[in-house]
Amino acid sequence: MNLLFYISSFVAVAATILAITRFHPVHALLYLVVSFLAAALIFLSLGSPFIAVMEVIVYAGAIIVLFIFVVMMLNLGKDTALQEKNWLRPKVWIGPSLLVLILLVEMIVLLLTAEDTAMHVTVVDPRNVSLALFGEYIIALELAGFLLMAGIVGAAHIGKQKKKQLHRFLQAEVMESV
Amino acid sequence: MSVMQHIWIVLGVLFVLLNIAAGLIWVERRLLALWQDRLGPNRAGPLGLFIVLADTLKLFFKEDWIPPFADKWIFITAPAIVVGSVLLSFVIIPFAPGIVVADLNIGLLFFLAMSSLGVYSIVLGGWASNNKYALLGALRGASQMIAYEVFMGLSLMGVVMLTGSFKMGAIVEAQKDMWFIVTQPVGFFVFFIAGIAETHRLPFDIPEAESELIAGYHAEYSGMKFGMFFIGEYLGITLISAMMVALFFGGWLGPAFLPPLAWFALKTFFFIGVFILLRASLPRPRYDQLIEYGWKILLPVVLANLMITGAIALWVRGE
Repeated sequence: MNLLFYISSFVAVAATILAITRFHPVHALLYLVVSFLAAALIFLSLGSPFIAVMEVIVYAGAIIVLFIFVVMMLNLGKDTALQEKNWLRPKVWIGPSLLVLILLVEMIVLLLTAEDTAMHVTVVDPRNVSLALFGEYIIALELAGFLLMAGIVGAAHIGKQKKKQLHRFLQAEVMESV
Repeated sequence: MSVMQHIWIVLGVLFVLLNIAAGLIWVERRLLALWQDRLGPNRAGPLGLFIVLADTLKLFFKEDWIPPFADKWIFITAPAIVVGSVLLSFVIIPFAPGIVVADLNIGLLFFLAMSSLGVYSIVLGGWASNNKYALLGALRGASQMIAYEVFMGLSLMGVVMLTGSFKMGAIVEAQKDMWFIVTQPVGFFVFFIAGIAETHRLPFDIPEAESELIAGYHAEYSGMKFGMFFIGEYLGITLISAMMVALFFGGWLGPAFLPPLAWFALKTFFFIGVFILLRASLPRPRYDQLIEYGWKILLPVVLANLMITGAIALWVRGE
């Protein structure tokens, strides 16, 4: 289990880095999908299959598809990739990389000095997840429900339009005759 | 179960599925012909069965053309995704007691996850082709599949409530006294409709509507890459039929004069036939009609079904 955890973590980190550095938006989104799938496997290796599957269904299966959907409609081609390339010049990376390097050194030091603790994997099945959701965290769940409802009502309001009864050619005729 | 036995089950399931998917070429054309008062393919081999061989050979020997304007790697990967995700879904299907690749305790959710990943093949295939018709098909496919995934998931939750488990084996066992089609008829019909939309079969083949979009998202594909989309569609039909059998029609359960596996196969083939009959009989709705129908009719119906099922389940358990 330990080894699987490390492999999927490595894939997640690599895919995320690639997602940030790609110039083409669709390619970046594809790496993001891989990153989410790797995160799902991390959850699975840590003993929560339910969250793993939810990660795949919600993030990889719905949200990123919508992202790609929007990018497809925007028709971003080679020009945007070039623009992105101009924005992401290597020079821009120097500052953040140096700062992150400090954090990395710090983390390595902390990891080396920390005591060895074994990874405790307790498998949480869907039943336990739902008991927690509808017991302990019921208020958070309901508040999230309110938030989503507000989003749906807003989207329905924006998308509302009266259905045209006539074809546009016929409509012009009707307008002329009036 | 020993490791060898496990490997045999995996190989056996794979072999049977791929053969069924190829064989459906013949089944579909013969059945369509029957319903349209024609003969269908009847020359090559007994009953025209060798049409499968001829079609496969033709696909293999066609020029495998990648358009120069396409995004090459995404173009190549897209057809593999659909076959991969559908084949992975078969992992959780219990064909008979003991004959299942992996009876996960999140079985049903795994199926939903894999079917939601299947969208990528259409979206990416259509986008990578860099063709306006393909792009339109991909846009239609993405919105159709994302919308109908919601109803598909919700329609199955009634079954989960009655069983108390996501495990496919447990769901089949729970139908010993009564098939779920009796207690969950609404759930079944919504799942069936959503299943047709998910596999984008006629009458819901709007992403590839040939009269408007040439061939939609796979307009640029040729040779075996097109063949993968083709096989993926047939595998999808088989998958949805098998899921309907396992979830609503008692899976392998049946009178004892036939073995469990035979019952499962018989029921599944019946539903494959229904899929083909639908193709032969129903016209295609307009794109906005399909989405409107989903959100305005199916969603309220399936939510009401969920609420009533939950209330009854609580009531029965409370006594």
